[in-house]
Amino acid sequence: MRWLIAASLMLFVAPPFAQAAQTDSIKAIKAVGHEGNGNVPALAAVAELQKSSTAADLPALLDAFAGASPLAANYLRNVVEAVADRETAAGHSLPADKLRAVIFDTKLDPRARRLAYEVLLKVDSNVSSEIIPQLLLDPSPEFRRDAVQQLIDRAETIDDKQQKLATFRKAMQGATDEDQVKELAKGIRSLGDDVSLVQHFGFLTDWEIIGPFNNRGLVGFAETYPPEKKIDLDATLEGQLGEVKWDEITTGDEFGVLDIAKTISPYKGAVMYLTTTFDSPATRDVQFRFGTPNAWKIWVNGQYLFGRDEYHRGMAIDQYTVPATLKQGQNVILVKLCQNEQTEDWAQRYQLQFRVSDASGVAVHSAASNRQAAALPQNSQKNLTAQTGGTR
Amino acid sequence: MLTLTMTRRFLPVCFAAVSAVCLTGADWLQFRGSDVSGVSLESNIPATWSENKNVAWKVELPGRGLSCPIVIGDRVVVTASSGFHQDRLHVLCFDRASGKALWHRQFLATGRTMTHPKMCVATPTPASDGERIYAFYSSNDLACLDLDGNLLWYRGLTYDFPNASNSLGMSSSPIVVGDTLIVQVENDAESFATGINVLSGVSRWKKDRPKRANWTSPTFAKNADGTSLALLQSSAGIEAVDPETGKTAWEYKDGAATIPSSVVSSDYVFIPSNGLTVLRTGDGNPSDILWNDNRLGPSTPSPVVVNGRVYVINRAGVLQAADMTTGNILWRLRLTGPFSATPVVAGKHLIAFNEKGDGQVVDISGEEGQLVGENNLGETILGTPAISGNEMFVRSDGHLWKIAAE
Repeated sequence: MRWLIAASLMLFVAPPFAQAAQTDSIKAIKAVGHEGNGNVPALAAVAELQKSSTAADLPALLDAFAGASPLAANYLRNVVEAVADRETAAGHSLPADKLRAVIFDTKLDPRARRLAYEVLLKVDSNVSSEIIPQLLLDPSPEFRRDAVQQLIDRAETIDDKQQKLATFRKAMQGATDEDQVKELAKGIRSLGDDVSLVQHFGFLTDWEIIGPFNNRGLVGFAETYPPEKKIDLDATLEGQLGEVKWDEITTGDEFGVLDIAKTISPYKGAVMYLTTTFDSPATRDVQFRFGTPNAWKIWVNGQYLFGRDEYHRGMAIDQYTVPATLKQGQNVILVKLCQNEQTEDWAQRYQLQFRVSDASGVAVHSAASNRQAAALPQNSQKNLTAQTGGTR
Repeated sequence: MLTLTMTRRFLPVCFAAVSAVCLTGADWLQFRGSDVSGVSLESNIPATWSENKNVAWKVELPGRGLSCPIVIGDRVVVTASSGFHQDRLHVLCFDRASGKALWHRQFLATGRTMTHPKMCVATPTPASDGERIYAFYSSNDLACLDLDGNLLWYRGLTYDFPNASNSLGMSSSPIVVGDTLIVQVENDAESFATGINVLSGVSRWKKDRPKRANWTSPTFAKNADGTSLALLQSSAGIEAVDPETGKTAWEYKDGAATIPSSVVSSDYVFIPSNGLTVLRTGDGNPSDILWNDNRLGPSTPSPVVVNGRVYVINRAGVLQAADMTTGNILWRLRLTGPFSATPVVAGKHLIAFNEKGDGQVVDISGEEGQLVGENNLGETILGTPAISGNEMFVRSDGHLWKIAAE
């Protein structure tokens, strides 16, 4: 009798064999690591999942994206695409209601939610107009971009100035991609209103700067100069051209570009350090997103994050993304910016553009700094450039 | 000055397990074709084509790409990248006969996707060994799929080595040598080459390379015993390595271009170095410079060698033909540039696409080159075409065409 009871219980608590196999396969895929570690088990797992899964399994496969590394997410994505294609080709219906539920569940992985939408789109091309307008402020940048574009397109059809402006303004709430933000700013301004792109992107405009230190022969990138050991804003240090002190540098550039060559000096073979504080109301993960044509290293609260020894290969908004954790209260950001000795016209830029965002690119603002510059009207910001100090 | 260093202990027997590149009939399996020559002598492509003439089919692509199509049996595979950040990576497979889409797989880039505006993330050409597809991108994402689009393994080389990237983009196309995929990831910050086991996706070897931006693609040279060496080009020159171990066999150290790639024909190696420099490898190891001519320096397109002649397109858009053994310039023909795509040879025709999309067809069978066709499909074309049988496949940012006689 005991064995019968046990067997009966098993029927209720143990997953079916196929489900257990699926769980094991997902586990193998999510174990994929760096340098090909786990590739071979993952290969078998992909094959098993593609073979055993049906349309009904798609929501579970999408759930599996939770916590998946970028590599594992691509494995899972391939499984979902292959299963969805096969089932659709076989004339089997997809679980549309469950896919919709995945799309709108913002607690799920944005990659999985977007994939659910793409799968749904294959069988119903009309879902875009139904779903996308609801996702303007979504954690998924791709959903936001689509929603912003729908509003931009709609604004173009509106004659009423106030309605048009309101539509642009609404779209701007979800916009993080440079092209859309610029288009919206142009539209808003054409209607007589204004917008601060410094505020929108969250560019950090107020810094302290010191230098130059020596980078002749490119020795400076690896050299540890005093600011890397201790940031003392009152210190006088021995620089490349004599004594140097920390000084303020503020940019009024609409896109938050700090231009060392133009506002201080076109140093060559030099290292400059920039530091600023960022007030966070709570401990949280953020991304430092920045652009520079110069070699750089970055620290937060004394912890080295990353560095890159590359010069004059272009500069763009969000050129680099470095994950960071902010502590509650004041956080000290330190950037080392190196200029080389190239003489070509295209190799003279010595610049930094820096912002803090969440994982989806939405600006994260400091509670206490950079507000002043961001709040100023555009004309006043431009005047600030002339006030930029510098380090001698 | 020639500077060659030889690894004397290097033994050809090391290559015993390495087979030559898998040649499947008229397949065009990687950048510049299965043998990385850009030549298909048996092919016959019409000299004229347009939207309404000699276009067998045309299909839309979901994203940009400078990568070349590849042809595997009855399938044509092409990569693309899309999205504002170019972080959506596509692999598409079409039926060669009809252009019907067979499958479409997408991945999200795990490495950096910033490129020069002219480039995009789908700049490197995918490679195949006839059984698997190796789709590589500027973000250094590397997806291995079977011919039905099922993922076999996935590597993120910038995910593994975070400083391996170039803000201008990367373009080196991998090649398959035996059962090893040769990949060059070279830039100012972290440069390496790696030989990846095609079955597992795990690196057999990884070696540091010059820290300097490099957009060239590897090629291979065959030894007398049928084994092969992978040739890695950089600003430093050429490093010939055992594809299975990465061990250096020989080096040419007098510098080389970082955009056009070297080409091998029989036992001659044509290197874009000090103009054009030619080594003769003989028993597999180069003994000396055969000739050098600074007038024959290629611009972006790589040289092509066929029927005893080497062809280069210079910065002025002039196609030059030279004797491959002496370097004597035989003729010059001004084409309309600028060029990004490397010319290919189909039968007696050299076909060069300029950036405006002009497909210029030059008859190279006579004493002088003769322009016999100028064709435009109305779109920018930056990628090298693929030739297979009597068919040519060429792509733009928006479309893939099959050109064949009606």
